[in-house]
Amino acid sequence: MFRHRRGGDLVGSATINAGDRHMRRLLLAAACMLAFTASAEAQRTRLTVYTAFENDQLPVFKQAAERAVPGIEVVWVRDSTGIVTTRLLAEKDNPRADVIWGLSAFSLIRLEAENMLEPYTPKDAEALRPQFRSDRNPMTWVGLDAFVAAVCFNTVVAQQRNLPRPATWNDLLNPAYRGLIAMPNPASSGTGLLTVAGWLGTKGEAPAWDFMTRLHDNIAVYTHSGSAPCNNAARGEYAIGITFDMRAVALRNQGAPIDIIVPSDGVGFDLEAAAIHRGTRNLDAAKRLMDFAVSKEAMELYGRYYALLGRADVQPTVQNYPPEFSQRLADVDFAAVAANRDRILAEWGRRFDGKSAPRN
Amino acid sequence: MAVAAALPVRRVWSGDDRLLAAGVVLAGLFLAVALVLPLGTLFLKSFEDQQGRFVGLANYVRYIETPALAGSLWNSLWTAGLTMVIVVPAAFVFAYALTRSAMPGRGLFRAIALIPILAPSLLPALALIYLFGNQGFLRSWLFGGTIYGPLGIIISQVFYTFPHALLILATALSGTDARLYEAAEALRASRIRVMRTVTLPTARYGMVSASFVVFTLVITDFGIPKVIGGSFSVLATEVYKQVVGQQNFQMGAVVGVVLMIPAILAFGADQWAQRRQVAVVGARAVPYVPKQRPERDWPLFAFCVLVSALLLSLVGIAAWGSLITFWPWNLSLTLNNYAFGNFISAGWGSWVNSVQLAFWTALIGAPLVFAFAYAMDRVRVLGPLSDIVRFIAVIPLAVPGLVLGIAYIFFFNAPGNPLGFLYGTLGILVLNSLVHFYTVGHLASMTQLKSLDPEFESVSASLKVPIWRTFAVVTVPMSLPVILDVAIYLFVNAMTTVSAVVFLYSPHTMPASVAVVQMDEAGFASAAAAMATVILLTSAAVKGLHVRLDQVLTRRTQAWRRR
Repeated sequence: MFRHRRGGDLVGSATINAGDRHMRRLLLAAACMLAFTASAEAQRTRLTVYTAFENDQLPVFKQAAERAVPGIEVVWVRDSTGIVTTRLLAEKDNPRADVIWGLSAFSLIRLEAENMLEPYTPKDAEALRPQFRSDRNPMTWVGLDAFVAAVCFNTVVAQQRNLPRPATWNDLLNPAYRGLIAMPNPASSGTGLLTVAGWLGTKGEAPAWDFMTRLHDNIAVYTHSGSAPCNNAARGEYAIGITFDMRAVALRNQGAPIDIIVPSDGVGFDLEAAAIHRGTRNLDAAKRLMDFAVSKEAMELYGRYYALLGRADVQPTVQNYPPEFSQRLADVDFAAVAANRDRILAEWGRRFDGKSAPRN
Repeated sequence: MAVAAALPVRRVWSGDDRLLAAGVVLAGLFLAVALVLPLGTLFLKSFEDQQGRFVGLANYVRYIETPALAGSLWNSLWTAGLTMVIVVPAAFVFAYALTRSAMPGRGLFRAIALIPILAPSLLPALALIYLFGNQGFLRSWLFGGTIYGPLGIIISQVFYTFPHALLILATALSGTDARLYEAAEALRASRIRVMRTVTLPTARYGMVSASFVVFTLVITDFGIPKVIGGSFSVLATEVYKQVVGQQNFQMGAVVGVVLMIPAILAFGADQWAQRRQVAVVGARAVPYVPKQRPERDWPLFAFCVLVSALLLSLVGIAAWGSLITFWPWNLSLTLNNYAFGNFISAGWGSWVNSVQLAFWTALIGAPLVFAFAYAMDRVRVLGPLSDIVRFIAVIPLAVPGLVLGIAYIFFFNAPGNPLGFLYGTLGILVLNSLVHFYTVGHLASMTQLKSLDPEFESVSASLKVPIWRTFAVVTVPMSLPVILDVAIYLFVNAMTTVSAVVFLYSPHTMPASVAVVQMDEAGFASAAAAMATVILLTSAAVKGLHVRLDQVLTRRTQAWRRR
């Protein structure tokens, strides 16, 4: 009674579950027997793809993938990084996803540790930058593009309050910014974690904690999501939001009066990565989608939105990115950060959580 | 004596007893499958480490030893307590004005007061940011204070929980016997004495229920503290941090268990109040018709105007926010924010999904909740079993949506679960919403049933009328307004809920409420406000239909209340 099917046919339904798979196989068998009635449409392999790509990117990537890999249909399950990762882990015993395309490398390393990824080295994967690949052979995941920690700086608020424009992380320690900085909480936001990991990577452990302790005095709020600080800065709630580049560029292109600053003293970054979910029933189609995900053509599409791509031979075309930031990347060891995550978060919580009541 | 002990008198179960017992067992089975087993699956994890090994209470010890977690418990308790202390008396006065005064515009006030229930809980928080945020119009009113934190949380929660309390208190106050007031008048009792000895005792059960509902709603709500809580940490955001931020299901389960404690305490209070409650609408009751009394009616009128103005202004601000181009830099008006396809791929389709979800939840839920409540209230056999089922029926209120949503994944997606076919369908969203919002419907039904004299059933029984006939011919018609209220309650909550369904929707069942959160997250604040407004208008339209229907029904089924 509840099963909701748009158009009432199996093709139109994107619900993938065991019952559906069974039904579809039966249907396909019947269709093959009838031979003439089976349309090419009905034989497309449907791949359920879990993703945290932005909403506006989904139709673009879907269309390109379906054109490049004939015979597949991409069905997105899209939400924020945390929700998608939580869902994948909770569904571990009865996986629903065939492919993960566009999720943080930190998340994929976590899934790798749970033995949830199918090893496969996509065609052309050797063309990826070395940091953009899993170190296993065959590879368990591949990096597609990178997003980096960045600072959203509201120029209107800055003018009102006569604030200097920061250029480095250390500039944020200026007492003029007291109570005007928003930052994502690394315990709930992947962006928060990559930012902290970047500081630990560039400054060294002890100086990084010392830096964060001093920065804490200027922080107005630790938000739950990585987008919120820049959203807040764009609306002028706070002068400065520590965030990731993609969100900042999107808001700026909407007309928000913000400058996007990639601090010159080294920034943490995270990869958007892709992998095949172990246990997929459409392994061949999934492999072909992975081949596409690292192809030059796909990279050109990522280049419309991201400024740092997995393949060095493709030039990004995205607008409003600060130039030359790819030289400012911190040396982040993803596996090490993932392994130390609990320790980093515990230390962070011990220092800053207990006194995280709001201040003016 | 010894003989009596050796030969206990066995009650013979009548047909009615068997029917009611079957109803209770059915309710128990339903709640077991839709609530207890999923939660149990999750809570077992609170005794495991990340590798799934049994570790006893180690996670709980770690919880207590982490100061931030314990701090969030205290924050939750005091904000919930303060909200309750503000909301319950205010809602009581409002409900009293609606049911016991002859002031003008009662229907309108009732409609306005229920508006917050029609909107996603995010909406008051968004409006408060427009008003009191760092770029807000009325920022100076805070004298340098900040809206981000407990202040914003409490104001938003008061807005959000007010109609929930009102619904229960108005039900409690509307069932009364005019003869008590006539007797009091004849005895020349003072007004205060009447209030203390007649009005308050009849509403006591409702007040305890309302307090319990408000308190637990605040404790478990996640949307408001996320949007306007700043760094102020509460239990619900702590669950989010553990589960969504770190995928630490074990610690999430521990916090979930801690969140259940208020429910257990509240259940005790509920039981206590219930034992002191007697039916106030006896079979010979005479409905109370308030008489004009200006010195009572006009102050109440002023109070209702004030509350209504506050509620409406918050809604109005949010609706205005949905029409502006880019807050606060470009305040020119536009309808572009309503072209949802530009912001989220599901576009208006998510609204269609939400309407379907809400429709089925209400249509299936309301009769189910009421029939189960009837069986639980009237059953005279089964002993402790019916107490257990009644306890389970109040648990959903205390379960945060995030916890319920993840519990559903673990339970319904387990390989080999015969109900696995539901996973990924609209059906699981309906089931989840029904259970998530079961309690308030259950409490409203119980309050209604308590106010109906069991003598109806006794008389029917002595006339050899089977109980299902009494239920269908007497109880349901008398209670139809309440059943409709429950249906509307389920509808609007299914329209607005986020926290549980965010883990359960599939590509073609994404609800509008999830779209609100996703758009807000992506920085499209005005589009998020626009979708919230669409949800509000949809719920309001359904509510408008309900009011019309209610008037017709009242004329036809509540004639016995008039003289």
